[in-house]
Amino acid sequence: MSATPVRAPRDIAAPGTGGVGDSPLRPDGTLKVKGEFAYSSDLWIDGMLWGATLRSPHPRARIVSIDVAEALAHPGVAAVLTHEDVPGRKHFGLDHTWDQPVLAFDEVRHQGEPIALVAADHPETARRAMEKIRIEYEVLEPLTDARRAAFDPAYPQVQPRGNLARHQPVRVGDVEAAKARAEVVVSGEYRVGIQDQAFLGPESGLAVPAEDGGVDLYVATQWMHNDLKQIAPCLGLPEEKIRMTLSGVGGAFGGREDLSMQIHAAMLALRTGRPVKIVYNRYESFFGHVHRHPAEMRYEYGATRDGKILYADVEILLDGGAYTSATMNVVGNAASLGVGPYVIPNVRIDAYGVYTNNPPCGAMRGFGAVQACFAYESMMDKLAEACGLDPVTVRQVNAASQGSELATGQVIWAPLPMAEMLQQARELPMPPPLDPADIRNLPGGASQTTHGEGVRRGVGYGVGLKNICFSEGFDDYSTARVRLEVVGGEAVALVHTAAAEVGQGLVTLEAQIARTELGVERVVIHPADNQVGDAGSSSASRQSYMTGGAVMTACRAVRERVFALAAARLGRPLDTLGELSLTGGKVVSESAGVLASIEDVLGDSVVEETREYHHEPTTGMDPVTGRGDSHTQLALCVHRAVVDVDVELGLVKVVELAAVQDVGKVLNRLSLEGQIHGGTAQGLGLAVMEEIVVADGKVRNPSFTDYLIPTILDMPPMRLEILENADPRAPYGLRGAGEPPTLSSTPAIVAAIRDATGLALTRVPVRPEHITGSS
Amino acid sequence: MRVTFTVNGRRETADDVWEGESLLYVLRERVGLPGSKNACEQGECGSCTVYLDGTPVCACLVAAGQAEGREVRTVEGLADGDRLDPVQEAFVECGAVQCGFCTPGLVVQAHDLIERVEQPSDAEIREALAGNLCRCTGYEKILDAVRLAAARKAAAS
Repeated sequence: MSATPVRAPRDIAAPGTGGVGDSPLRPDGTLKVKGEFAYSSDLWIDGMLWGATLRSPHPRARIVSIDVAEALAHPGVAAVLTHEDVPGRKHFGLDHTWDQPVLAFDEVRHQGEPIALVAADHPETARRAMEKIRIEYEVLEPLTDARRAAFDPAYPQVQPRGNLARHQPVRVGDVEAAKARAEVVVSGEYRVGIQDQAFLGPESGLAVPAEDGGVDLYVATQWMHNDLKQIAPCLGLPEEKIRMTLSGVGGAFGGREDLSMQIHAAMLALRTGRPVKIVYNRYESFFGHVHRHPAEMRYEYGATRDGKILYADVEILLDGGAYTSATMNVVGNAASLGVGPYVIPNVRIDAYGVYTNNPPCGAMRGFGAVQACFAYESMMDKLAEACGLDPVTVRQVNAASQGSELATGQVIWAPLPMAEMLQQARELPMPPPLDPADIRNLPGGASQTTHGEGVRRGVGYGVGLKNICFSEGFDDYSTARVRLEVVGGEAVALVHTAAAEVGQGLVTLEAQIARTELGVERVVIHPADNQVGDAGSSSASRQSYMTGGAVMTACRAVRERVFALAAARLGRPLDTLGELSLTGGKVVSESAGVLASIEDVLGDSVVEETREYHHEPTTGMDPVTGRGDSHTQLALCVHRAVVDVDVELGLVKVVELAAVQDVGKVLNRLSLEGQIHGGTAQGLGLAVMEEIVVADGKVRNPSFTDYLIPTILDMPPMRLEILENADPRAPYGLRGAGEPPTLSSTPAIVAAIRDATGLALTRVPVRPEHITGSS
Repeated sequence: MRVTFTVNGRRETADDVWEGESLLYVLRERVGLPGSKNACEQGECGSCTVYLDGTPVCACLVAAGQAEGREVRTVEGLADGDRLDPVQEAFVECGAVQCGFCTPGLVVQAHDLIERVEQPSDAEIREALAGNLCRCTGYEKILDAVRLAAARKAAAS
């Protein structure tokens, strides 16, 4: 329909021969190490313009007027657009709540909110033109108090929907009656700061106007079809006039679930009739996507003297910022997983998500379960201390297992060997003691802040329970198209989905599944685009399950047709051939052995099937009691952290992180370990370094100079114990694996710091001044 | 302005370069070498690491004009045609690549390390790669890859 950009995504042949359970090389690995993989910021096409976005410097202000005349007259500028130029709907949003303006009008509600767009011949031209856009603001006091937003009816409204996005209660048993029986009561208030996904590939992409009046979009996203549902109405175009192709995605972690530059680039391309590329820089990226919700949490547990929890009384307050994004579902997760994998007979949880003028928050790896996990695991340690138990025992005493009920009443019907996993974590060998001989091993490292004096070692445990796939009754599915044909004398499977490869290794797994199901070696992965059905999002640790399931199902449909072709070729009824399989490039009968090669059976035939895969349906949560089977799968990770803390300077060196995780079935050990390592690292970041610092609604550290993510010096060696207790409902028995370690590593590290210092430490990230007491 | 420099053994001339452009921008947008990555453009993440006259630098911190007459080697210049450099090969094999956005910078930096140090210790690897951020891997597989590449290089020499 239009010109194709240089470095547009193309078919990739999957290397190796490995099926499910092997660890073949990534199909995109060679391109990535050679610098030839086409990320969304690498695209280039003749005559393209550069788009730029003018953003609000104020967290809350009324827009009195916008004057673009001077900017439009700037040499080299092709277009300057405002909300008046949005062709269709003026708002978009995830889920059902479309409350986010494509470009702000009347009022800006967070710092960095997009107001105007420029297209120019060079990024610097665009930047200078943006300086010439005149906006008159009436600056208003930002509404930044999440507690008042939740509970004070007199607090002004951030947006017309009111300030409470969702309140989700969970009620089990009789908490008040249990309070009277408790022999030990512990309570705590916990806070989690705003974490950023900090994916390395900035928001970027290319929009190419097409001859049919539509647009071709090359973008990095987590969920193409959900993007499209929002983009099309805002552009005033039917969905079929927008062709989307997934370009290389430089990490996502939830931060690409919301739209960023997609509608903007398309608007500029449609207006100018020229291709438009938008690439955020790092500063802009901090304003270009939502972050992890900060949380304030109040917990009270009552227990018997021997550590058996009788009740939990919990309040979780999540600040979503100005627009809804994923807040509804984040609140649902925080509520349903609010006390984690523990059996507690009497529970009162109230989870709230509110609107403020603080930075907008939405999806990030762990999604509402991370915040609660820091609080409930801190509570377990507090309870252990109050009862004179060790931290592992108190967790084992209250651990859920197969057959247990969660606070929502949902029965854990798949294996959940939590007590055993804790035992395993405890029995792992300990790292060697502190070695002051090499200063690089000490807190502060090469900064030479200590030679070992003032350094104390601590050990801590954390357990996290994460829902896998979409919950609360969402019709969650993925689609795969698989084609089998003979190319150059050899059977080749082509796998086509809309699922986003964001680094997790889905493309590797798709090829493995095709090999296992179809018995072929050669597999080609077609670029993800919207010319095939919805795959759902690359989030909720769901793609191995959902798109893996869809590829498996489509392959099996192809296989049935190959069997029918084989029968026809042999001139025998299919039901006389015995149990058939495709193995080693052959059609094999269990009774009669090899019947024919797949190539001979196929001949010139092209066998193609498209299938949807749905997981077992879930239910909503009751709005009053929270009851419901709201999750389809639950996955557990246990961490043990060992730290050295310089208690005089407040510096922490994480010495070792050990993880015990039940993944159901190892599909690809190399990829799996990478997920656990990476998830653990992001949990370490939240524990001791990562926070978007906000004052009066403004971000104070939007750069990698000031927002610190773990380096190779911050990450300790990791020890992994991977269990395979199959989930019989899931494809191959697998369990989603990417998120659980992000939950459990944070509380484990903080528990280890508490163990080393004796401090209460109720907030993450733990900063040096929290340890030295100098804040 | 016009900038002329050698990149991966080839002489390149870029015209109409704005004085504020970085070497990274010129490589990515003017000479068709987008392998060096634009993750932070402020010298913090190392994803744009290239050799400048044999020394690894962040291309985002080098003004285009500073490259005049000099020799640049990028990630695209490490492989010998289809034959990957041992560092590149080890990164793919060991699972050190996930999203891959940090990979070009890490590959160049690790390449430099094992050029200088025959069998680097873990502490030396960590120190050498401390300026390269990776958000996906937690660095374990990257350590594996550098160890493997160093061992293979030592065995071959």
